[in-house]
Amino acid sequence: MPMSGSAIEAAIRAAIPDATVTLTDLAGDDDHWAAHVVSPAFSGLSRLRQHRLVYEALGGQMGGALHALQLTTSVPAVQEVSS
Amino acid sequence: MTADSQYPDVTGRIDALVKAHDVVLFMKGTPLFPQCGFSSRAIAILEHLDVGFHAVDVLQDQEVRQGIKAYSDWPTIPQLYVKGEFVGGSDIMMEMFEAGELQALMADSGVAAAR
Repeated sequence: MPMSGSAIEAAIRAAIPDATVTLTDLAGDDDHWAAHVVSPAFSGLSRLRQHRLVYEALGGQMGGALHALQLTTSVPAVQEVSS
Repeated sequence: MTADSQYPDVTGRIDALVKAHDVVLFMKGTPLFPQCGFSSRAIAILEHLDVGFHAVDVLQDQEVRQGIKAYSDWPTIPQLYVKGEFVGGSDIMMEMFEAGELQALMADSGVAAAR
């Protein structure tokens, strides 16, 4: 069973509540996803650790049900002080 | 003792591989014929960097295919190692490449060009 886009987003947001998750359905089949995850939780972490956090959020589905998730992570852009 | 016990276990074999070569890519298929889009992307990045690397086709070795995931505690293949250290999969390779970090890592590690 592939993992649907909504299930991916729900799993990530359950583990990293302040995450912004942007999903792109690469093949239009609800199976091959690109996920861009932005969260303050990534601050100060290496890319490897940022990706590990997301993989942990997905609870062992990576490499299994989620064989084709392309992942990018980043820390939110710094807010303007005046805003 | 079985005859097999003269060979190191899979962790030992992987350890030896990543230490025998400066740059090692565990992938599905071969550099010429990658069997998966992620492995294909990893090869494209390494070829663009023009660094020498050793490729291990995990489809030819089920023990390594499973063992490498435990070795790095990383669930997917491809996996890149530089100087024995796990760097990441194809997504991290691409992010690092786009940020110029992979080029810097190769240079800092003294990795030789392919030619």
